[in-house]
Order: sequence, then structure tokens, then C-alpha cells
Amino acid sequence: MILLAFIAQAIRIAIPYLLAASGGVITERSGLIGLGLEGYMLGGAFTGALASYYSGSPWIGLLGAVAGGVALALLYAVASIRYRADQVVVGIAVNLLVIGATRFFLRLAFHSSANSPRIPGFGAEQSGTGITALVGNPLVWLGILTVVFVAWLLYRTPFGLRVRAAGEHPAAAISVGVRVNAIRYTAAALSGAFAALGGAYLALDQHQFSAEMTAGRGFIALAATIFGRWDPLRAALACLLFAAAETLQIQLQGAQVIPSQFVEMIPYALTIIALAGVVGRAVPPAALGKVSE
Amino acid sequence: MTTATSEMPAAPPSTRRASIEEAVLPAVVGLLIAAIIGDILILSFGQNPGTVYRLLIEGTWGNAYGLGQVLYKATTLTFTGLAVAMGLRAGLFNIGAESQLAAGGFLAAIVGLALPMGLPSIVTLPVFILAAAIGGGVVGGIPGVLKAKFGAHEVITTIMLNFIVLALLNYLVAAHLRVEDSLHTANIRTGALPRLSNYIGAFHGSAANVVIFVAIATAVAAGWFLFRTRRGFELRAVGLQPDAAEYGGVNVGGVWWKTMALSGAIAGIGGLNFVLGYKHYYEEAFASGAGYLGIAVAIVGRNHPIGVVIASLVFATMSQGGLAVNAVVPKQMVDVLQAVVIIAVAASVPEVRRLLLRSRKAGQ
Repeated sequence: MILLAFIAQAIRIAIPYLLAASGGVITERSGLIGLGLEGYMLGGAFTGALASYYSGSPWIGLLGAVAGGVALALLYAVASIRYRADQVVVGIAVNLLVIGATRFFLRLAFHSSANSPRIPGFGAEQSGTGITALVGNPLVWLGILTVVFVAWLLYRTPFGLRVRAAGEHPAAAISVGVRVNAIRYTAAALSGAFAALGGAYLALDQHQFSAEMTAGRGFIALAATIFGRWDPLRAALACLLFAAAETLQIQLQGAQVIPSQFVEMIPYALTIIALAGVVGRAVPPAALGKVSE
Repeated sequence: MTTATSEMPAAPPSTRRASIEEAVLPAVVGLLIAAIIGDILILSFGQNPGTVYRLLIEGTWGNAYGLGQVLYKATTLTFTGLAVAMGLRAGLFNIGAESQLAAGGFLAAIVGLALPMGLPSIVTLPVFILAAAIGGGVVGGIPGVLKAKFGAHEVITTIMLNFIVLALLNYLVAAHLRVEDSLHTANIRTGALPRLSNYIGAFHGSAANVVIFVAIATAVAAGWFLFRTRRGFELRAVGLQPDAAEYGGVNVGGVWWKTMALSGAIAGIGGLNFVLGYKHYYEEAFASGAGYLGIAVAIVGRNHPIGVVIASLVFATMSQGGLAVNAVVPKQMVDVLQAVVIIAVAASVPEVRRLLLRSRKAGQ
């Protein structure tokens, strides 16, 4: 029973990571750095909360989240591709933009720069840690399906082949007629949509948007993308690993075995170790961060 | 990202003017776009843009207290901006200024708590600078070594180290150093740095302190190092063409890790502004985004020490201006505008270069 509760809580923590990391894999495999994931998540959580609040339906909320995430991702993609801006700079700026904008519009819409009022979510109650709440939440299933979908998309479809070509050999891809920029815009939009759904999960689960509620989860998803070596299924495993560590920390909180700050470090430390390549180095897509001519 | 044209010796005046145009135009474009978006945000709040902008200027450059606060904020940003610019000159993107700043402030605080009470600041300041430089330099040097030895990309490792180092510092403060019911250490009772208000009474109440002179000295030293020394030349050569530099006998890996350590050290010294110039203790999360804004400062300042100083004043004015207008429109408006400036400048740099090149060709 304890094990079941543990798994339920770990999955609950993992869902936003799974969604955002799926977005991270697809954008980075196309050659666009996924530094904006945190911003897409937070932006999606906000527009999702707004849409859910004004429509009274969490499903409309999901649409609102996707719209917000896609808009932000396209802003990033247009600056990076059309205007050749440095992707690292724009990625960081998008995150700063969203932190400021969500607080600004929170105050405009609800006269508070901290929280929204209660919004409709899936399930009537605060979901708790139970299994029933978990299986009753459609976003949990969406998160799991997204991982499978992105794996299928990337490895089993012509679109996926083009995404990988755009990220590895854009010049070669262009020479055989692949419209690399169009592929990258699409990949960016998908990453914005998935990450935003991850953010919406948080807002709908807590029945509220609160400022900076994503609290660095987009960066954990980016860490999972890299630690999973830009592969959807391995990235998903990384998300589950990170979520399991967090769950362990929460459940051991009373015991004070390991200080929480050290558990917080786990995803980031593992990612650095993977990049430094102690066992089998993580090698990014060859054209990551470079704009094609 | 980096342009070396303006530093070529004996550049003809026309080239020099063109490169200044190339450096300044994107910032002008960025500020214009930000002003337009600012208008829209202010109007959406039902306020008059003219009134709000007037409030913003009056609350910053319009009185001595506001100006003091701008100078205080610009001091930290000058350090983080110089840190990022130093890295970019070598082709390295240091996203870790946030945690390097914190680590520098932390180590200086530890040293300050250990020193005997009541030492004069003329004695302690060099010690504090050294401690802060070591704190930031170690945090910056790690990703440099990881890149030089293992090829781990510094963008990701510096971001990841931000989270790791800040968590570690939070742990150390929470578990061992904090004053009960607070997030900060005990007061440092030695080597207090004078505030500017000690010399100019009108600055009374503002946090501006003598670390600003350290910032100016650091900017001058950075310019001298980059453009007047052999090592600075090697650093820029690595930034422009690492393969060619390697071929020309430069140890690229060595330049990488040393530059990252230097960059981290500069950011680390910035920690003195808050820890010893203002509060006299280390506080959790005191960096509060100044490291990330350092990226903006470096980009808008085009990685040149003079540009960095000007850009840090611009961003500090916006940050302080947000507080000045907060009663009328939410101060988060300036967070949005700062981000807009960054995106607009980053997006217009290549565009401006292309357009200037075209108009120059047409003019010949």
C-alpha cells in the first residue's frame, strides 16, 4: 500500500516533467535549444488558468494553455530563425518575459500579483495523492500518451525523419528539399504546446494559478531531455527518476535523512555528469543552436 | 556574437563610426520597441503613458535617493554584465553569473564573520575582494574545466550549477549559519564599507556604496586586459576562431577554463555590493535575478566594458523605475520591458549588421 502511494505520488510529480521534456526532445532534435521550456510551462499554466476560469471548463483551459505555449514558442522561433537572434539569449529572455507578464496580467485580471481565484480543474476535490484521483485525471493519461506519441512521431514518421535531419545535418536536409525552417517552426510550436500542457496540469491540479508556480520545472525537464540523451523514452525515464527522488524526499521529510536541498540537486548533478561523459557521453544534435542558411 | 572590428588598431575613422552605429542601433531599436509595448501595457491598465514615464524618470534620475538606488543596482549589474561579456569575448556563454554572484557574496560573508571585529575597511576590502573572487571563480571555473576536459557545453552546465550551488548555499545557511527565524547570517561587524551618503548627504537612505568604485575599476581593468594585453588578445582570438587560434599556438582549452574562472570571479566580486556594502550579512536569494540580467547587460552593451556600464545604468533605471511607478501600474511591467529589450536587441543585431552592410555597399 505504501509502495502504491509512492508510485502514485511519483507519477503525479512526473506528469509535468514528461510533457515538458517531450517538448524539449522535439525542439532540440530539430536544432532549436529548449531553454524556453520553463517560460512555456509558466505561460501555459497562466493562459490555461485564465481560459478555465472564464469558460468554466478545464478542457477549454487546456486549449488556452496550448494557445499560450504555442504563441511563446513561435516568438522564440521567429526571433531565432527569421531574425537569427542568439537562441540562448532569447530563451533566457522568454523566461524573464513570462515571469513578468504573468504577474502583470494577474494583477490586471484579478487585482493580485500572487494568485488567481479558484479555477475549475479535473475532479471536484483537491486531488490528493490517491490512485483514484490519478486515473481520473485526463492529463495524466495525456502525459503518458505524449511520450509514446513523440517517440512514434520522431522515429516512425517522415516528419520525424525531417526533424532529426534538421537537427543533425540541416545543409544536407535542405539539399534534398526539406524545408528546414518550416520543420523547426513546427517543432517549436509542438514543444510550446506540450510544455504548456505540463504547466496547465499544475494550475488545474491546484485549482489555481500562482505566480512562478512552475518553480524551475522547465529546467528539470530540460535536464531530463539531456540526461535522456534527446530520446523521448529515455527522457521519460529520466523524468520518472527525478520524480521518484523528489517523492522519496517528500516522504522522508519527517525523518530528516537527507536535507531537501541535496535531493533538489539530483537532476542537475546527474545531467552535468552525463554531459561530462563519465559513462558514455551525452552528445547533443550536431546543429543544435545553429541557424541554417 | 562578438565583434572585434572596433578594436582593430589604426582603423580608419569611417570604419570606427560604422562599428559604433552597428553597436548602438540595436539598443535604440530595442528601447523603442520596449517603449511601444510599455505604452500598450500602461494603456491596458487604464493609465496615461506620459504620466507613467514621467513618474519613472522622476523616481530614478529626478532625485538623489532614486539616483543612489539606480547606482546601487547598476553596480551589481556592471559586475554580472562584465562577467558575461568576458565569457562571450572568448565565445563562452556564462549563464551562471547568478550563482557565481551568490557564491562570491557568501564566501566574503564567511570571511567577514571570521575576521576580528572593527577592522578598518581599507584593510579588509582587499581581503573581501579576494574571497568573493575565489567564491565566484571556483563556481565559474568548474564548467570551464568541464568544457576544456570533456567538451560539456557551458550553457547547460552553468545553468545546472546555478541550481546546485544555490541549493548548497541555502543548505549551508539554513543548517549552520542563519539567525533564527530568518534567511540570513549574523551581522558582519568588521570592515563595513562606507555608503556614498557618508560623502554626499543627498544620497541619504539609498544603498549606493563604495563598491561602485570597485565596479568602475573592474570595468577599466577588463577593457585594458581585453584590448591591451597578449592574454586578452588570445582570449578574443579564441572567441572569434577557436580553430585558427589553436593553429596559431593558443591553448584553447586553457583559455576556456581560465576565462570561465575569471568571469566567475568578476561576478563573485559583485556579491560585495549587497553583502558588505548594503546589508552586512549574506541572505538567501539576494542575487534575485541580477545574474540573469547580466546577460541582458552584456548583450545590450555589446560585450564592451563601456557598453556594459551604460547598459547596466539603463537596466538599473528600469528596475528602480518599476518601484517608482508601482502605485499606478504593476512594477512587473518593467520585467516585461526588460525582456522585450533583450529579445529586440538580440533579434536586431544580425539584421542591423546586414542592413548597414548593404547600405555601405550601395554608398560606394
